[in-house]
Amino acid sequence: MSEKKLMKGNEAIAEAAVRGGCRYYFGYPITPQNEIPEYMSWRLPEVGGVFIQAESEISAINMVYGAAGAGGRSMTSSSSPGVSLKQEGISYICGAELPCVIINMVRGGPGLGGIQPAQSDYFQAVKGGGHGDYKMLVYGPATVQEAVDIVYGAFDKAEQYRLPVMILGDGMLGQIMEAVTLPEMRKPGDIKVPEWATVGTHTGADRKIINSLYIEPDVLEALNRTLYARYAAMSEAETMVEEYRVSDAEVIITAYGTVARIAKSTVDILRAAGVKAGLIRPITLYPFPSATYRAAAKKRSVKEFITVELSMGQMVEDVRLAVNGKKPVKFYGRSGGNVMTPEDIARFVTEGK
Amino acid sequence: MSVVYKKSKLLTDTPFHYCPGCAHGIAHKLVAETLEELGQEGNVIGIAPVGCAVFAYNYFNCDMQQAAHGRAPAVATGVKSVYPDKTVFAYQGDGDLASIGMAEIVHAAARGTNITVVFINNAIYGMTGGQMAPTTLEGQKSTTCVYGRKPEINGSPIKVAELLATLDGPSYIARCALDTVKNIRAAKAAVKKAFQNQLDGKGFSLVELLSSCPTNWHMSPLEAMKFVGGEMTKIYPLGVFKNID
Ligand SMILES: Cc1ncc(C[n+]2csc(CCOP(=O)(O)OP(=O)(O)O)c2C)c(N)n1
Ligand code: SF4
Repeated sequence: MSEKKLMKGNEAIAEAAVRGGCRYYFGYPITPQNEIPEYMSWRLPEVGGVFIQAESEISAINMVYGAAGAGGRSMTSSSSPGVSLKQEGISYICGAELPCVIINMVRGGPGLGGIQPAQSDYFQAVKGGGHGDYKMLVYGPATVQEAVDIVYGAFDKAEQYRLPVMILGDGMLGQIMEAVTLPEMRKPGDIKVPEWATVGTHTGADRKIINSLYIEPDVLEALNRTLYARYAAMSEAETMVEEYRVSDAEVIITAYGTVARIAKSTVDILRAAGVKAGLIRPITLYPFPSATYRAAAKKRSVKEFITVELSMGQMVEDVRLAVNGKKPVKFYGRSGGNVMTPEDIARFVTEGK
Repeated sequence: MSVVYKKSKLLTDTPFHYCPGCAHGIAHKLVAETLEELGQEGNVIGIAPVGCAVFAYNYFNCDMQQAAHGRAPAVATGVKSVYPDKTVFAYQGDGDLASIGMAEIVHAAARGTNITVVFINNAIYGMTGGQMAPTTLEGQKSTTCVYGRKPEINGSPIKVAELLATLDGPSYIARCALDTVKNIRAAKAAVKKAFQNQLDGKGFSLVELLSSCPTNWHMSPLEAMKFVGGEMTKIYPLGVFKNID
């Protein structure tokens, strides 16, 4: 039965993962996502799952590798410095074509940075982060409900495309309390162990091998082509974007995650003041909804794009690539854990500062 | 005609790529025979390291995962979480286990994770061409300590079996050598004990196997085996360092 509850973002995400079939969680404490491992530590044993507090994020992601390779629905979560440590493992997971879910509740960087919300791990999430040619399915949910819905379905997507699904949140999303409708617990029978998993019973020609080593150049190139064909199919089927008051807009503000909620208020403020503003909000950050920007850039009515981020400017590069010089693309950002108000964005739109 | 000896069913027919005189092949044989004798065919998941044994997934006739350098104990922990009733082992070299993967092995041991680790100590980085390992002996030459390992510059050899035996988690820790028939027999018994402990649910077990790398030691296979028995055992005494019953 689905039920409505008031929940903190991190805990709601953890519960959604459990209901989506997650039974193996491996993590290491770091602010601002500690509620996820804390919740999993008691919740997973209740449903016959396993929680392990690993000795490091490196170890945690490699435990995910092992459990995912054995066919278990596995997850880890962390925040920026910890996600940096996971990059080696993420690259191996992508090379070995394993499904898993990774949550990054982003905090400001570089280095130890701060513990306040940021979006400065966008490049790391969508352009690679670890070594080699690979992509993940990356979501940037704006509300706790959206995060719950995405995480609930994330294991299915991960298994369908055999890659990690990353949820790129931030401290705000993790800490905010909102009313959420929790989906029903997935029935164990609905979740099949993938045929490629090392379940331990195979011998001879049936043996299953989880591996990312391909010594023959042609074989490795073929793997990379397979992966990229899969990413192309994923772009077709999975791209998600929200458009708000865009149809007659002259100024298109664009933002993802919690910042998009602030930007939505800005749109309403500007509209009330007679400025025709609209919002494009990517929900998937990879695949990026380039077509939506291309279509908007073609419209005569659209004068400019303004990308708003909690960073020094990362997603703006993808917006520029999509707009392809057809219209000006400006950038407004805050960093270090500072968060803009709707009025700050409105001022940037009207006064350029 | 009666069959007096045959290859273990837990080994595939893929020929080993190891150099002549390399002890990796002996270690593989011991692991495979032990798993077969314990009736584990069709009940095993093995973890291959990064190192000369990286292709172990081609040799062991069971489901296998290949882990990132040093991470095999973490990968094995993940596998064992999903299948507590399957026999899970990690096979690691000394660069893999005692250098880059030191945190993973110590914490898997400390947690007492019910897996078995087969640890090949050949005092060198084999695969990358003979660089210094954390286990390289004092005075032993390598391509990154060309005048021999000096403690004041390079530190001293790490004694993994003794180190892990200080922890409460492990159920069995032993060190054996793969240089003589007698020692190989003893090693087989230790490997068997280690896996038996896992089957009995006693928790983490590890066998350190002193091994040869004639190629990077620049020795003949025979000289290399003599080095294992003569020089390595001085620094790495054989024995059982932990055994809870
Ligand atoms: C992260 C990372 N660093 C370095 C390497 C290169 N590398 C491959 S094998 C190896 C050393 C292996 O030595 P050891 O574990 O002693 O095994 P052996 O080859 O002697 O059996 C190194 C450093 C790597 N593959 N990955
Ligand atoms: S390089 Fe050394 S460890 Fe590697 S296969 Fe050859 S002898 Fe064995």
